[in-house]
Amino acid sequence: MAAPMLRWCCPGRRWAFSRIGDGSRHEKRFPAGSASSGKRGHSSVAQQPFITAQKPRKGDHEWAAVVGLEIHAQIASNSKLFSGSQVHFAAPPNSLVSFFDASLPGTLPVLNRRCVEAAVMTGLALGCHINRKSLFDRKHYFYADLPAGYQITQQRLPIAVNGELAYSVCVGKKPAWVATRTVRVKQIQLEQDSGKSLHDDPRARTLVDLNRAGVGLLEVVLEPDMCCGEEAATAVRELQLILQALGTSQASMAEGQLRVDANISVHHPGEPLGVRTEVKNLNSARFLAKAIDYEIQRQINELENGGEILNETRSFDYKLGCTVPMRDKEGKQDYRFMPEPNLPPLLLYDSGSLPAGVDPQQVINIDQLRERLPELPSVTREKLVRQYGVLPEHSVALLNEVGLLEFFQNVMKETRAEPKKVTSWVLNTFLGFLKQRNLAVSESPVTPAALAELLDLLDRKAISSSAAKKVFAELWRGEGKTPAQIVAEKKLELMHDQEALEQLCRATLEAHTGVVTDLKKGNPRAINKLIGLVRKATLGRADPAVIKEVLERQLSS
Amino acid sequence: MLGRTLREVSAALKQGQITPTELCQKCLSLIKKTKFLNAYITVSEEAALKQAEESEKRYKEGHSLGDLDGIPIAVKDNFSTSGIETTCASNMLKGYVPPYNATVVQKLLDQGALLMGKTNLDEFAMGSGSTDGIFGPVKNPWSYSKQYRGKRKQKTHGENEDSHWLITGGSSGGSAAAVSAFTCFAALGSDTGGSTRNPAAHCGVVGLKPSYGLVSRHGLIPLVNSMDVPGILTRCVDDAAIVLGVLAGHDPKDSTTVQDPIKPFMLPSLTDVSKLCVGIPKEYLTPELSSEVRSLWSKAADLFESEGAKVIDVSLPHTSYSIVCYHVLCTSEVASNMARFDGLEYGHRCDVDSSTEAMYAATRREGFNDVVRGRILSGNFFLLKENYEKYFVKAQKVRRLIANDFVNVFKSGVDVLLTPTTLREAVPYLEFIKEDNRTRSAQDDIFTQAVNMAGLPAVSVPAALSSQGLPIGLQFIGRAFCDQQLLTVAKWFEKQVQFPVIQLQELMDDCSSIFENEKLTSVSLK
Repeated sequence: MAAPMLRWCCPGRRWAFSRIGDGSRHEKRFPAGSASSGKRGHSSVAQQPFITAQKPRKGDHEWAAVVGLEIHAQIASNSKLFSGSQVHFAAPPNSLVSFFDASLPGTLPVLNRRCVEAAVMTGLALGCHINRKSLFDRKHYFYADLPAGYQITQQRLPIAVNGELAYSVCVGKKPAWVATRTVRVKQIQLEQDSGKSLHDDPRARTLVDLNRAGVGLLEVVLEPDMCCGEEAATAVRELQLILQALGTSQASMAEGQLRVDANISVHHPGEPLGVRTEVKNLNSARFLAKAIDYEIQRQINELENGGEILNETRSFDYKLGCTVPMRDKEGKQDYRFMPEPNLPPLLLYDSGSLPAGVDPQQVINIDQLRERLPELPSVTREKLVRQYGVLPEHSVALLNEVGLLEFFQNVMKETRAEPKKVTSWVLNTFLGFLKQRNLAVSESPVTPAALAELLDLLDRKAISSSAAKKVFAELWRGEGKTPAQIVAEKKLELMHDQEALEQLCRATLEAHTGVVTDLKKGNPRAINKLIGLVRKATLGRADPAVIKEVLERQLSS
Repeated sequence: MLGRTLREVSAALKQGQITPTELCQKCLSLIKKTKFLNAYITVSEEAALKQAEESEKRYKEGHSLGDLDGIPIAVKDNFSTSGIETTCASNMLKGYVPPYNATVVQKLLDQGALLMGKTNLDEFAMGSGSTDGIFGPVKNPWSYSKQYRGKRKQKTHGENEDSHWLITGGSSGGSAAAVSAFTCFAALGSDTGGSTRNPAAHCGVVGLKPSYGLVSRHGLIPLVNSMDVPGILTRCVDDAAIVLGVLAGHDPKDSTTVQDPIKPFMLPSLTDVSKLCVGIPKEYLTPELSSEVRSLWSKAADLFESEGAKVIDVSLPHTSYSIVCYHVLCTSEVASNMARFDGLEYGHRCDVDSSTEAMYAATRREGFNDVVRGRILSGNFFLLKENYEKYFVKAQKVRRLIANDFVNVFKSGVDVLLTPTTLREAVPYLEFIKEDNRTRSAQDDIFTQAVNMAGLPAVSVPAALSSQGLPIGLQFIGRAFCDQQLLTVAKWFEKQVQFPVIQLQELMDDCSSIFENEKLTSVSLK
């Protein structure tokens, strides 16, 4: 039942964990592992999980894959990192470009307070050390959508370092087993986004849109503590939820607000790490997992066939489903880093170190931001498990869809149905309808109140569950009828008239003597056929369990 | 009227002795007459007359904006001016019209100043002669002064006088010449290693480099961001103080400006220097220093001493490393700052379109002169991963030592340092171009550069005429953000030395007829 929404449990990988659940990986049964569980020993990182190629031939040994990520998250802010231009997705090209963004000579960067706050909040949520002093650097390269010829970033001394991201993976099939993993956060740095180049190949020209140029990014660097596409995708998903909960980034991959580069290498356990490749610009969770898994397998194949891995940058061709070397990144780049001379060091304070008499608008107090941190997804999930007895994997699923948790909670408020029943309806029926029609929770024609009423009818046994599905389908048409009205109109209420049911059963037995004979000969499945026939006759309004009971009584009499 | 100081002409405007329009027209006519000096790249006649008209209205209505209302000024052509071409004397920016005003320009305009035009410089301010821009060299007005010509006539007979014109120094030579030749009452320069003070000394005007962080750099097309400061060129110290009072203060658009509120700069007339301690840095007594400048420097020290000031020898031990250190830091920042000139968003773009890279290369080759390209090349070398520690980081450390030298001297009780501004007076162009730009810059910045490393305020004040009849400037260096104290001392000194006014008037008419038909470099290049 969990399968449809726990998509990252998908089967069909070309290789599998061989020793998943090994205690050395610090797994804990949910919900024991949470962001609040403190630092774990990092020594275990060296012990990489093993991966075996699908069909190990004789003489092969095991391979271990190592995956690290660089994640660029666009900061949700009104204006850009160093200029007053607005930040807005899909605005007309070059309509959000200040003189600074276009690198007009003489313009200077002015740091956006909101972006700094977003970086600090994200750092705090990931348990990072917040550097009281951080610096900005210029990273040089020539590219058409980088007007200044350099990007302002934080190479030497970033704003936050040494954090940790805990995420849950589903292990095994049934019963599903939710395990918590952690990946170390090396650093979070503030930097500028570039513009966008649109290559018009037939006309051999490139169009440049600078709307995105200078938008604030959080670069989150995750240490190579992951071992496969699924782990990486799940870690990214968790980060996405955290950023969204914090409001520091909308983190929509589809809108390019979250972009991932993956560093990947394979090696034999116990031997030094292999040469790594970087797969750039992974812009969907699905492609992220696919690209990493493909790249791991490619490297294994390459090495097993006596080839070697080049330290190169690759991109993922989603049409072909494989990674290919990137042409324009050929040759070694020397970014010629240099301190950004136009920005003084970024100083942050806490309540203890705040200079007296300073204008609060001119300083950032870390402690104040810490107090303002909202509830993080891991805590929300724990609460769900505690409060409603929801299964851990269901708590994951409830958080995975924007607005779904709120929907669930609103249904819970108004219904007498069991949380388990509600969870099942929300995650299967409701979410299934949404997915089928590619809708967001907010676009659902069914309100939480309507679903609550429907579940109440079901709970009172006023309707059968199959009738409930029909009511739900009617509700989805959005004609403004209540579940009770639909039940009445379509005559879907359960038959409570015992006499009428007895008659229908008797009539069915008389009309289908062949089936009865079959049953009496010892075919146990024949009873189901009879139940089905009676249900059909009742137009689905009778409870199959009751029908069965009546039929059995009549047959034995 | 044009020979007056800013303060004097401001008083005349207030008293109605002259109107802003009359003043503006007089200056415009003198700019035309002195066109041969090549001080201006762009003369913004129309805009200036319109500004004058508005100023005149204000005066008539009795609410002028202050001391600068109706005062003709000029701005070095590396400050962005909205709607007025800003070239940096480079092919790269020929035809570039910025859509915004530099903060300092805006502040001057907000005070009612009249912008006469944009002044000539070395390409991207890289130079010390104002000889290396695409519009040709600036000629020092003193070349045509009665003082200089009189002396020359005694020595050389029969030679072609006009091939012996002198350089202005640089890179703000156009601004210095504009002020010196009376075509405006104040001008903005920029000062990265001495670019305001050096031409001020050669042209006999006051050249102020304010403390780093006191005046906004927003809109100044950068040479070295961590050293650049807008400079002020005027005919007297008081005028420099007036302009600084308008320009100084925090700019939200420049994060390196200080937040503290700035009080207006009113200079008291110092009568007593007995409480003053003047430091004479012994490292500045170099063999290359001309004997005439050396003796003038010594005389100035004696003057302070004789008036009761304490004059002591001090040591700035790391001075000799300044030039090489500056070279590394300057070229590195230049390499970075010039990266934006790629022909895409603005400025020059070549015709090559075989690939983006080929377009970049050809654009930059055509757009920059050899000096600029040379600095970009060295800078990129120093910034390479393998060289960064060896050169850039080391140079930063040396910079810190140089800055600390000053800190230590000022801590020991010294109020101001007194040094030469330049090694010698202005030299003829033909002599100047015998050496290449790099050698010249290294020599000419020797007394001025360390100040930029340390971010200190410094001012060059004309002290006397040399035996050739050419101006010699001396430099005062003050404590960081003690610009007012520095100017107060400079004002006292200025009063004592009574530097003579350049005698240009009769020769100007003479020259203009001589040079009217001359084919100027700037014309041929346009």
